[in-house]
Amino acid sequence: MIEHLIAPFHYAFMQRAFLTAILVGILCATMGTYVILRKLAFIGDGIAHASFAGIVIAYLRGTNFYLGAGIVAVITALGIGFVHRRGKISLDTTIGVLFTGAFALGIFLMSRQRTYSVDLQSFLFGDILSVGPQDVLMIVALALVVGIVTALLFRSLLYTSFDPVVAQASGMNANAIEYVLLVLIALTIIISLQAVGIILVAALLVTPAAAAYQLTNRFAPMMALSAFFGALCAVGGLYLSYYLASASGATIVLVATVLFFAAVGGKQVRLAIARRT
Amino acid sequence: MNDAIIVSNLVVRYENVLALDGASLKAGFGQALGIVGPNGSGKSTLLKTIAGLLPAASGSVCVLGKEPRELPPGTIAYVPQIEAVDWSFPATVWDVVAMGRFPRLGMFRRFGNEDRKAVRRALAQLRMEELSGRHISALSGGQQQRAFVARAIAQEPRVLLLDEPTTGVDEQTEESLREVVRELVAGGMPVLMATHDLDRAADWFDRLVVIDRRVIAIGTPDEVARSGAYAAIREHTHTHGHMRTDR
Repeated sequence: MIEHLIAPFHYAFMQRAFLTAILVGILCATMGTYVILRKLAFIGDGIAHASFAGIVIAYLRGTNFYLGAGIVAVITALGIGFVHRRGKISLDTTIGVLFTGAFALGIFLMSRQRTYSVDLQSFLFGDILSVGPQDVLMIVALALVVGIVTALLFRSLLYTSFDPVVAQASGMNANAIEYVLLVLIALTIIISLQAVGIILVAALLVTPAAAAYQLTNRFAPMMALSAFFGALCAVGGLYLSYYLASASGATIVLVATVLFFAAVGGKQVRLAIARRT
Repeated sequence: MNDAIIVSNLVVRYENVLALDGASLKAGFGQALGIVGPNGSGKSTLLKTIAGLLPAASGSVCVLGKEPRELPPGTIAYVPQIEAVDWSFPATVWDVVAMGRFPRLGMFRRFGNEDRKAVRRALAQLRMEELSGRHISALSGGQQQRAFVARAIAQEPRVLLLDEPTTGVDEQTEESLREVVRELVAGGMPVLMATHDLDRAADWFDRLVVIDRRVIAIGTPDEVARSGAYAAIREHTHTHGHMRTDR
């Protein structure tokens, strides 16, 4: 048993993969708490898709992928916040138009390349085993930034998530805090792209937090439990994918999905027991 | 006397609707000012503008000598008419009341003993100690209202704005709200409160203002009653019932 658990760590790329998976799992699940409570799941999915254009542009120009994807993701995150606030267009329409457009631009640019690239394909579905030493540094640095800003804004994010109007009246800047949150979500998505890919990153933002929401009714425990679930799914999924030779991103998401249904079941059982006593 | 709140010639628009059209009034420290008027008369708009939630199209609002958005965090506490919060949000009564402390804490200060004490005091004032561990979705309407007033009290604001806090609550809740307001006023706080309940105005307020997009009458509840503006409003309020459609 122990041997099976240790076996993957003989490879440096697996060590990096596990470190990345744990960071991504925790970070996505933590930010996912806000995504769930503010009902931003669709935004997370949209930002991920839009960042594809940035990845392709960065690839074609030979610049750093994190830079390209990061710039596009942050711009689109701020863009939807702005259009939603200032425009008369509803949020889901804004996302539906802007983000699919940016995604299409990425595919368009990619399709014009003669040399068909597997690298780009891997961003759609993630390839955590391809995370290099440089990537790990970048991921750790970005994760630190997101973690520190979230910790500093913890109370502001909580208050404005629950009751933005009253928070604003009491002197908080609910608008600015929302923009900061959107940027934090965008950065979280960028960090996660290599691990789980564009298509599946929304699941990591939503599923662990949704599972935690089933089991707690206070905010801080929900966030802590969600982070724990995120790490658990990432590590569990990665082990499974190692032994089943399956796609890592998809396996991680599937483990999270199973966990979510287990949490729903757990809640029902708890309610049934509470009713009986 | 120094006035805590000075509103002069205030005009506020929503899109093409003129919600306030040149309203002027003053409220002093240690004074409870009741705001009455028919539905759509701009009571909520007036409170929201004083809270810094809405911009003035023209005219001005001055709270403690400054524009509302320039005041230090935690200065104004505002309790809206209808709390449009998600009742399934993972929070207990304690958690909600504790939020009142957040503005003054800013980014770096810890939630300490002082803050816990303020939360406990606020819960006690609204008689909610036993409910402090209860999830907000398990509260009655009156209890929800008290929780939000308790949050405003825990904030230890310098100005309190209440938008029809007594609508739809039971008599006991109403009485405990009144006691809290009178206590704060006795401590020198200016309190502005929109209300539909004209019968008990004299028990609640030191002064009463009747508005219908602008100020129709202002004075002590007695003076306003004698002015006749009161009766006209009463007529209006009764024909229109207690619809909660005004903003």
